[in-house]
Amino acid sequence: MTCTEFLAQLDELLDDAVTTEMRADLKEHLRGCEHCEVTLNTTRKTIEIYRSHEIYSLPTDLRERLHAAIMARCKKGC
Amino acid sequence: MATIQPIAGENEQHPDVALVERVRGGDVSAYDTLVRKYDRQIFRIAQHITQNREDAEDVMQDAFLKAYEKLDQFQGNSKFYTWLVRIAVNESLMRLRKRRTGRMVSIDEDVETEEGSVPRDLADWAPDPEQNYTQSELAEILRKTIQGLPQGFRVVFVLRDVEGLSTEETAETLGLSVPAVKSRLLRARLQLRERLTRYFRNRKSQSEVGVEK
Repeated sequence: MTCTEFLAQLDELLDDAVTTEMRADLKEHLRGCEHCEVTLNTTRKTIEIYRSHEIYSLPTDLRERLHAAIMARCKKGC
Repeated sequence: MATIQPIAGENEQHPDVALVERVRGGDVSAYDTLVRKYDRQIFRIAQHITQNREDAEDVMQDAFLKAYEKLDQFQGNSKFYTWLVRIAVNESLMRLRKRRTGRMVSIDEDVETEEGSVPRDLADWAPDPEQNYTQSELAEILRKTIQGLPQGFRVVFVLRDVEGLSTEETAETLGLSVPAVKSRLLRARLQLRERLTRYFRNRKSQSEVGVEK
């Protein structure tokens, strides 16, 4: 397997959507390719870091204000 | 990576559908529950697309109001959340269009770039790179990095990886094909990884590869 072939399967591997056979091939490639190993690990970390850090939070006071505005309009029938 | 929420079985009704039915029956308080359930996600998505706090506030209000008005059009065969996200994405794009004085804005913008389709910076990251930054520094890095992605990649990454929609739901929401979503997702992930490497690389030992199997 080449690095390009490995990359083509990267998303499926990250999403745990590869067949057992493909997984074995990918692991075999990783054993001999430090670059793909780094790419896999840091891409996984990239997703985790974006998933676990809320970079646009909705402050409680703003949330309540928007919520009140929405519900007031809905009660009037918009 | 679990990105797909458990989907209710064929005969099992999603709790949102019951709430929608109550709203249709005149119970406005049921809509209150739906708004509270999804307001944070809708606000985040709007802010990711518009990259503007005030626009995101407007989009959030408009999306929930539009959903309320159009509730009769909601078909129970898609999830309420996915339907709502589609409305919010459209409202966000409209808002961008207004700000750019009518210039067409679409999720296909800037996707022709070849940048990031092949990893170039292969330095490994420090073991816990977040710990080198305060929470606010880290949030700023993450914001700046994702803002630099082309719109068409950013929105796919946000819906699929941050908000947890499936590939199929993301495709349906954005009006893209499944292969287009997959291709954009890979490039979004690789570009973000590459850009974050500038901040998170392992400076102590460039040659030592921290292997996490």
